[in-house]
Amino acid sequence: MTEPLLQVRDLHTHFFTRAGEVKAVNGVSFSVDRGRVLGLVGESGSGKSVTGYSILGLIDPPGRIVSGSIRFEGRELVGLDPDELRALRGRRIAMVFQDATATLNPVLTVGRQMTLAIRAHERASDRAARDLALDVLKKVGIPDPASRLNTYPHELSGGMRQRVAIAVALLHRPALIVADEPTTALDVSVQAQIIFEMRDLVRSLGTAMIWITHDLATVSSLADDVLVMYAGRMVEAGPTRVTLRAPRHPYTAGLLASVPSRNPKGVDLPQIPGSTPSLLRLPPGCPFQPRCPRATPVCREDPPRVVDSGREALCHHPLPPASQAAA
Amino acid sequence: MSDPHLVIDRVSKRFDPRVTLGDRIAARLGARVELRGVQAVRDVSLAIAPGETLGLVGESGCGKSTLGRMAAGIMAPTSGTVRLEGRPVMSPGGTKLTTRVQTVFQDPFASLNPRMSVGEILAEGPVAHGLTTRENARDYVAGWLDRVGLDRSYVGRFPHQFSGGQRQRIAIARALAMQPDVLVCDEPVASLDVSIQAQIINLFLKLRRELGLTYLFISHDLGVVRHISDRVAIMYLGRIVEIGTADALYADPRHPYTQALLASVPRLMTEDAVGAEFAPIAGEIPSPLAPPPGCPFHTRCPAAGPRCVAEMPDLVPTGAQRVACHLYTGGVELAA
Repeated sequence: MTEPLLQVRDLHTHFFTRAGEVKAVNGVSFSVDRGRVLGLVGESGSGKSVTGYSILGLIDPPGRIVSGSIRFEGRELVGLDPDELRALRGRRIAMVFQDATATLNPVLTVGRQMTLAIRAHERASDRAARDLALDVLKKVGIPDPASRLNTYPHELSGGMRQRVAIAVALLHRPALIVADEPTTALDVSVQAQIIFEMRDLVRSLGTAMIWITHDLATVSSLADDVLVMYAGRMVEAGPTRVTLRAPRHPYTAGLLASVPSRNPKGVDLPQIPGSTPSLLRLPPGCPFQPRCPRATPVCREDPPRVVDSGREALCHHPLPPASQAAA
Repeated sequence: MSDPHLVIDRVSKRFDPRVTLGDRIAARLGARVELRGVQAVRDVSLAIAPGETLGLVGESGCGKSTLGRMAAGIMAPTSGTVRLEGRPVMSPGGTKLTTRVQTVFQDPFASLNPRMSVGEILAEGPVAHGLTTRENARDYVAGWLDRVGLDRSYVGRFPHQFSGGQRQRIAIARALAMQPDVLVCDEPVASLDVSIQAQIINLFLKLRRELGLTYLFISHDLGVVRHISDRVAIMYLGRIVEIGTADALYADPRHPYTQALLASVPRLMTEDAVGAEFAPIAGEIPSPLAPPPGCPFHTRCPAAGPRCVAEMPDLVPTGAQRVACHLYTGGVELAA
């Protein structure tokens, strides 16, 4: 069996703050294969973004990867020399952030910053750099790319700016793209366009992608696999359809049940009580236990891994698998 | 049906840049100076019945928040009036005349004064307007905290001690403490976490049952709006393009923009239907600084014809709703 493109094992990324040790990522494992899209789902503070940053080696003090392994294209990234990591970032692994305004340099034209990004990793003539920039701008659906090269980021709409940021990420044909809520700040119709285009792009280029989001609907239409995180821990992971159709973890089930479109109009939505715990004061055992309708005293111990049909849940009292649920 | 309660009557809002003499000279000399105004809301009329929830949907820049502010009497329209039970909510001079319309904003991190305790935040308005006295304020505030599901003991705490969902409850309690009949809610759940959104939506439903509130519920989230609204209005570039009951509008959208908007939202799919789950609308919203002539949607509309470029369609009854589209009034070709 060949090794997956990216394999993360038992990752722990903690932040050592004055208030105490924040376990932002607390034992997360997953893998992503070429041409696959993994949806990393969670609410704020779930550790989904820190997981993404950990893969890119973008964790700054007071945070650090405490333990665990991140293997990418057969190399261990944890503990890798910063220069080697930098050579990888942008070339083999690229990142798209939520806020394209902050990603792009406001005083450089689109063409200029794309040329800089190209030359960060390879020698290219002005002509070759321009051709490459035009090529990727066209790929991400920017009309009239030649004239866009001379514009500044502020002259573009939010959707166009995010497309440029995605184009920059695609410049070196990376094997993996980590996208952190790239469409959250955009309008509904533009969001749909970009999700649609990203899906086609990764399929046609064979690029793997990790799509970090809080939005289950986006994941359901984009991701092959899904990983649900809660308070730094993974609670459930598996193929998207199976996992969302018949979730086994009560947290995943609760999130799905609370979506308005899945409920009759006007009735009270099934809600998850309470709010997410502080990462400084995590409850023992399962982090969801204080809000969980199925919790019992045993949930104060670390939950076991429950596996069926390619999907796993970390829970003492998982919901029955789909076959039994239907019966 | 009972008489309309809140009436928005041919309201328009235009924002003009402040142009100084220097700007004019600079423009004459060829500098790029923005002299154009933005027509944020164009001739919108709406009526909301007592106890009704009207959902207002649109993308950013469509004017929905501006319309909401005018409905709440906190922004003066350029033309037209907003009336509550026949009386204007704002004086011609731009003074708010009623406390019976209150607002809940999107961002509970920005809408609460960080230097005031919860008790002060909630009591300030009611004391100033004589709804309670300074002596009774503590009990008065405690009652409203109960209503929104917050502990009475929170009265002395400050906003930074609360989570996003709790802050939104405080913002809702502040609005309720003014004893309004109408609540204008501008994206009230957009900045909340998924598991908290359902809690706040349920709170809005509960308050409507208990207090008989009327809502103008502004959101870009079609799922949330459908859940809570009796009727829904769709806005595009400052105009209402379609309005009808939530059931009719979602089941049988008539305006090409409504159709496209509904089709473009990624739906939560748990069935095995893979493939054409959603179809994005082509193009982007034109700049409100330079809106296209005729129907504002014609630049992106798959059904547009020459008439759409030349003529602005009126909002006319079409099926169970009202729609502003030439397709339903003689077609998109120009009359010979």
